[in-house]
Amino acid sequence: MLPYLAKRIMLAFPVLLGVSVVVFVMIRLIPGDPAELMAGQAATEEVVRGIRESLGLDRPVIVQYAVFLRNTLRADLGKSLFNGAPVTEELAQRLPRTARLALASIVVAILIGVPAGILSATRHLSWVDSAVMVLALAGVSMPIFWLGLNLILVFAVRLHWLPAIGHETWKHLILPSFTLGAASAAIIARMTRSAMLEVLRQDYVRTARAKGVAEQTVIGRHALRNALIPVVTVVGLQLGTLLSGAVLTESVFAWPGVGRLLVDAVLARDYPIIQGTVLLIATTFVLLNVVVDMAYAVLDPRIRYE
Amino acid sequence: MATDSALPSVPRVVPRTGGVAVWRRLRRNRGALLGMMVLAVFALSGLFASWLAPYDPYRSDLEGSLAPPSGMHWLGTDELGRDILSRIIYGARLSMVIGSISVSIGVVLGVPIGLFAGYFGGRVDLYSQRVIDVLLGFPSIILAIVLVTVLGVGLVNVMIAVGIVSVPTYARLIRGQVLSLKIQEFVEAARALGAGSGRIVFRHIFPNTLAVLIVQTTLQVASAILSAAALGFLGLGVQQPTAEWGAMLSTARQFIQLAPHTLIFPGLAIMLTVMGFNLLGDGLRDALDPRMKL
Repeated sequence: MLPYLAKRIMLAFPVLLGVSVVVFVMIRLIPGDPAELMAGQAATEEVVRGIRESLGLDRPVIVQYAVFLRNTLRADLGKSLFNGAPVTEELAQRLPRTARLALASIVVAILIGVPAGILSATRHLSWVDSAVMVLALAGVSMPIFWLGLNLILVFAVRLHWLPAIGHETWKHLILPSFTLGAASAAIIARMTRSAMLEVLRQDYVRTARAKGVAEQTVIGRHALRNALIPVVTVVGLQLGTLLSGAVLTESVFAWPGVGRLLVDAVLARDYPIIQGTVLLIATTFVLLNVVVDMAYAVLDPRIRYE
Repeated sequence: MATDSALPSVPRVVPRTGGVAVWRRLRRNRGALLGMMVLAVFALSGLFASWLAPYDPYRSDLEGSLAPPSGMHWLGTDELGRDILSRIIYGARLSMVIGSISVSIGVVLGVPIGLFAGYFGGRVDLYSQRVIDVLLGFPSIILAIVLVTVLGVGLVNVMIAVGIVSVPTYARLIRGQVLSLKIQEFVEAARALGAGSGRIVFRHIFPNTLAVLIVQTTLQVASAILSAAALGFLGLGVQQPTAEWGAMLSTARQFIQLAPHTLIFPGLAIMLTVMGFNLLGDGLRDALDPRMKL
């Protein structure tokens, strides 16, 4: 177990290094002088020169990368072109909000997806099954931002039940987390259904039924427990997908998280912020995948990498 | 061995699933059939947009702006008084173009990488896999945003960005297929008969990956259309006044209180198209090979 975990963590390092290269190269691929881009249009010649020196733009590219990497590891990602605030400060302020949204969404997705999948499998080929599957198809086919706007239209604009924007109270969390969690709920429902159908066909389920075990116990204790491993896999994978969805959800609900920061920064060409956000999101994504892989190894001892 | 002399007369393996059989199975799948019908409607309206659209999608009429659906404008008008139905019909053309071109970019770049990495292994495989690991280190929409930041916004760049995002998916998928195919007997046989690497890869291995490739591509068009619409919605994709569904929604959100119909229909169009590709993809998977895992 331990060698596997160690290996899995080691494998993440080259990927993270690669991610940093991509982010480093990104700014340099944009037509124009990186120092002027980083300084913004209103900057004086002196400021531009200062940035050019701090980025080491007159030195070889490899040195520039080393400087970039050193600064990044020291949590120095530069300053926003608009309010001059350090990028790391901005990110530190916003990351917990995105995390809160993502966490609430995965809870919503599990609470909807798993029971829906069980219902669908235990009533296989009934109208309940069809209804769940149609909803699941709609869930994966719907643009997430459109779902969000529709929820605002119904629950905020028409019914006045819930606030459309803001992030202060738990009420503000309901619509965004449902929006972000819906697609994952659909995928989890599909996975739970097919895993349950597979397990319900097994001999031990037939045996349990034959000896007269109550149907509830058969479903809950014998079937569900064994069906959960592939479901956990999917839930783990969805955590990464949520990071993508967060960008859109945060834009719809004006949720001041990392995703919205990225979109605003791209629109405003605030390059230090773009660089910092992309780096943070990609790093989180890579680390999340490591954690998810490790969780499987703990849950299912059969999983090992050669 | 005595059988050696018989080897050259062994018929060339043409491992394809019969098209007729696949079609027959596909036709029996109600979901796939529904998907095909929906897609046919959107494809035809895109193709014949200039004949079908009741109005010019770019002609504004400020006096009739934000009008709800009526006999004159079936789906109402937008903030500039443009006919929403006409814009959705032209948007269908755009979405089909975006979907097919960006997926083609993914296939053209990703499939050869997967084929060569899987077949030759060694350093080619090692290096390409590390690059792919890095690309997969970015959530897809983030990678698309990074590319758009570098390339700039607009239709062509959106197709390039969305296409490049799908390259790692194809490379991984095809590589996996090749790894299991290259140890099979028919490849061994081809090599024994003196076929070169190029011939083995393109004539023997590649045709066997087609089933998986077709299914993946169908599903990939769905996600390409969703990604392009998302970029359009964020203001990082196709720009106004182009009749693109995502961009239409981006403007419509400002009028959510005044004119909800501007919001409903473009989103419905995206959802139905994506659903069509998803249904067709699922159906194709079942028809081509029920055991296929994607």
